[in-house]
Amino acid sequence: MSPPRDTWKKPPLIANPTLRWAVYLSAIAYFGWVSLSMPIDWNRVAEGIGRAGKIFGGAFPPSFERSELLIDGFLESLKIAVLATAGGVLLSIPIAFMSASNMAPRPIFYLGRAIIIIARSFHPIIVAILFVKAVGFGPFAGVLTLIVYSIGFVAKMLAERIEEIDFGQVEAMRAAGAPYLSTLFYAIFPQIMPRQIGLTIYQLDSNLRASAIVGLVGAGGIGATLANAFGRYDYDFALAITIVIVGAILVSEAISGIIRKRIQ
Amino acid sequence: MTSLTEKFGRDDWARFTLRQRMTRYAALLGCGIILAWALTSIEVIWPWVWSAPEQIGDLFGRMYPPDPRNLASILSVLWDTVNIATFATAFAVLLSLPVAYISAQNTTPNRATLWLGRLILVTSRSVNTIIWALLFVAIFGPGIVAGIIAIMFRSIGFIGKLLGEAIEEIDKRPVEALEATGASRFKVIIYAIVPQVMPTFWAVAILRWDINLRESTVLGLVGAGGIGIVLQGAIDTFNWPEVATILLAIIVLVIIGEVISAFLRRRIL
Repeated sequence: MSPPRDTWKKPPLIANPTLRWAVYLSAIAYFGWVSLSMPIDWNRVAEGIGRAGKIFGGAFPPSFERSELLIDGFLESLKIAVLATAGGVLLSIPIAFMSASNMAPRPIFYLGRAIIIIARSFHPIIVAILFVKAVGFGPFAGVLTLIVYSIGFVAKMLAERIEEIDFGQVEAMRAAGAPYLSTLFYAIFPQIMPRQIGLTIYQLDSNLRASAIVGLVGAGGIGATLANAFGRYDYDFALAITIVIVGAILVSEAISGIIRKRIQ
Repeated sequence: MTSLTEKFGRDDWARFTLRQRMTRYAALLGCGIILAWALTSIEVIWPWVWSAPEQIGDLFGRMYPPDPRNLASILSVLWDTVNIATFATAFAVLLSLPVAYISAQNTTPNRATLWLGRLILVTSRSVNTIIWALLFVAIFGPGIVAGIIAIMFRSIGFIGKLLGEAIEEIDKRPVEALEATGASRFKVIIYAIVPQVMPTFWAVAILRWDINLRESTVLGLVGAGGIGIVLQGAIDTFNWPEVATILLAIIVLVIIGEVISAFLRRRIL
């Protein structure tokens, strides 16, 4: 029998010592090897320190001279976000029903899940580039992009909520001989409605964030203004735009937080 | 047998009272007005809208079949993309630890540090990765470094905020017990605070890695390295079959990332 110890050591995160050392070693090997093999031009990076000073010097004080451009861009972003939220949420409802395992037959369930996975896999910027190429520059490409973005999130969360509903009410309605639509409206919708409204408001908030960046690739909104300012080395105007974006995001986050708290 | 009339004093049933109904109609009307405003004032060329399905179909038609000839170089930039996400997450995790510590109300040394921490979190979170990337490409020149730093800046806010909230929710009795034995501040952190926030820490780090993987696929579009550069090149030269290959590669990468993060989450938590 081993003598009783009078010291205590924190138990390690991974109990198995072989696995523990294997994980440590492979992590060190990965970071070491990759940091040596990454294509980095260190001279250019070192130059950057001086440049940072120049850029920040040029950015202060922020210039609100062309505020008309700024307001137009911002309103366009807001419109894109509103329309995309409406369209995206409307489309999300049928897709969510398709991808809820307790509602849809297998083949339709897989189709619904595939739509969600594809919509979620692509960053809005990539979707925006494709839509800009397909339907031309401007806010319409932005709206389409954010509809896809909204479907990826709202349909996924809503499908999860539909899978969790209390099926007793559905069975009761069916036993009473209610047709499909009545079952939908009186047994299922009331159960998913609070989540649906919460999701919609959340999505409006995140669409507003995303609409600020899809403009960088030509899909309308304040992002286009920002990209132009950056391209022309107008760093003071770019800083003004960034401040407006950050302010708008903080306000919309606060509003959506208040509304969601009141609803739930 | 009691009828509805006897029980409720009326013989019809309604889900909401009149007042509730009016509030609901008012909310609906408000949404309708906002939608109508957006729809009528947005600068859209409507003929383009009507031809959109045709145009989108045409675009996908030109993408088929995907062209795998450049697969080797696509896979090599895909590996760069993974490295950007992983390095940025690792740095962000390390840097967000002190930020989380000073932005949690119960561990921050004083009010000034609390507000400093919150300022860092808000600034980092409100600026999108792509906007950070624009800035760092201007500073450090196009390449992986700008990408890693951009993602790192955005992640610090995310990880720091969630971790700070976890620190605020800890059970303070272990902290008091250790302090009562005369343990140093450092030991209190290591033995009383760290074990309690460890699960959140890993969950947040894994979640952020998954998000960063997605974000690093687009950094290249503003010149910050990764697969986005190849994607931009293929789009600019109208090489649609190659675009299709790249998009498929991104889907596969994102799905693998999700599988790995789900696996890690199950193992660690």
